[in-house]
Amino acid sequence: MSDPAVSWSRVRDRGMIGLRADLSVGVVRKALQKACGLPVPETRRLSVRDDRRLAWMSPDELLLVLPRAGTAPVLAAVAEAMEGRHHLAVDLSDARALFRIEGPGARETLAKGAPVDLSPAAFGLHDFRRSRLGQLAAAFGQVAEEPDAFEMVCFRSVAAHVERWLDVSCRPGSLPGVF
Amino acid sequence: MLLLTCPHCGVSAEETEFHPGGEAHLKRIGPDGDDDAFMGYLFERRNPKGVHFERWRHAFGCGKWFHLARCTVTLEVFGAYRADVHAPPAEIVERIQARRPGWTPEGEDA
Ligand SMILES: [Zn+2]
Repeated sequence: MSDPAVSWSRVRDRGMIGLRADLSVGVVRKALQKACGLPVPETRRLSVRDDRRLAWMSPDELLLVLPRAGTAPVLAAVAEAMEGRHHLAVDLSDARALFRIEGPGARETLAKGAPVDLSPAAFGLHDFRRSRLGQLAAAFGQVAEEPDAFEMVCFRSVAAHVERWLDVSCRPGSLPGVF
Repeated sequence: MLLLTCPHCGVSAEETEFHPGGEAHLKRIGPDGDDDAFMGYLFERRNPKGVHFERWRHAFGCGKWFHLARCTVTLEVFGAYRADVHAPPAEIVERIQARRPGWTPEGEDA
């Protein structure tokens, strides 16, 4: 049972593609934008269009999240758009797990586990952050506001642990109410 | 606890999001070096009381390596800089000297 201010769910029908390339090169950004169908995000930001998200993972890494059926066509489009250029595009759909945490208490739920300033002034819509949740590597971004909604990825091998972590973190009456 | 700012992604976070990588600017001893020099490269470290240069990795963040200048006594962080240099850049040296008058990078080699 969760606190009425927050709920979480595991999102299972998404595909995920890990992309690595030199994002400081204009043609590379343009090619990836075309292949992925949405703009390459700025540092620590998230591009959102319909049911696709493109997340900034590092100066040379992006993560594309999209409906699972779109994975193969995008991989083909990336291969074509990036032909002859040094890059990597890998289907990570089965290597990662995706979660959605929503409600006015979503911010505080994540803030319990991540050493990140999640106050509304410091972390807003389409901000994205790689960090840890408890002891585990995790990355999350804000995909909607009023009410807040966050999407978070972690390694699939630790997904069961994250599910339990979220259950505990969302317990009724457990939100500190500082934001 | 240290508060570090990653020069690659701009994230400021406490040290548990990072992983220390030991002393910075070590000169690797290759196949031409003798055993004593190689042993020194592997095991001998400055362990200074004061200004120190280290390698760190933003392990739970963007995953990149960088260099850090800090004080081992006060834990003051003077700044972070890119990983692919053999010595601290001028702006980091200036920042250290502003806080530790009389300190010089040359003194490090003494
Ligand atoms: Zn970083």
